[in-house]
Amino acid sequence: MEANGARDSWNALADGTRRAIVACLAERPQAVGELAAGLPVSRSAVSQHLKVLKDAGLVSERAAGTRRIYRLNPVALAALRDQLDTYWQRALSGYADAVADESIEES
Amino acid sequence: MTETDTATIRRQIVVQAPIERAFAVFTERFGDFKPREHNLLASPIAETVFEPRVGGNIVDRAEDGSECRWARILAFDPPDRVVFSWDISPQWRIETDPEQTSEVEVRFVAEGPDRTRLELEHRHINRHGPGWEGVAEGIGGDQGWPLYLDRFAALLPAG
Repeated sequence: MEANGARDSWNALADGTRRAIVACLAERPQAVGELAAGLPVSRSAVSQHLKVLKDAGLVSERAAGTRRIYRLNPVALAALRDQLDTYWQRALSGYADAVADESIEES
Repeated sequence: MTETDTATIRRQIVVQAPIERAFAVFTERFGDFKPREHNLLASPIAETVFEPRVGGNIVDRAEDGSECRWARILAFDPPDRVVFSWDISPQWRIETDPEQTSEVEVRFVAEGPDRTRLELEHRHINRHGPGWEGVAEGIGGDQGWPLYLDRFAALLPAG
């Protein structure tokens, strides 16, 4: 399940325009119009690419007044998650060592 | 993807110790086993103190006396359970808005008189969401993103 999700994500990024959109959104959350203004493609093309990125779980949107703002949250979330997962893996491994140390001291 | 899939980390470990000692080692020696380079202090870290009460903090203290309170103790129920907030933003800075912090629950389960299972759940990681820009910058800025993603894409089978 998770592996499929990841593969969809990377396939969505196989397209150069979509990678450019991801790069723009990495700078800050933006509306479709702002994205289109900075890229050599039409507004409707940007919308279609955003739909693919959204379906792949890479981009999320929220309403801000009458506009819809797109952001890269899930990608960053995955990066943060990886960072924290590594943190806890190392912490728990250190914890097991600390428990073992105490057992030796007390025996 | 549901929130549970992406925004929660679960890990467990079994240690050869009674539940009381397993709990005590976790809370009293937290600073001995957490990855030491992960701290927000400007000068070298001297110690980490896990204050054993609800309303207390986990505090990193530096050699120069400065300190960083990076977690709030939300539940402290020895020897079964402890819950604390994770007030560290994705940029490894203190997050002052509790709405943008995640939380860590650690449960201790006796599997025998000298055997304890620790179950750790770090949840609501997506609450840190508004800070995601820093993660993106950390990965490499506008040039870095496409390159970084390309490299990952290359690792996966096509189609």
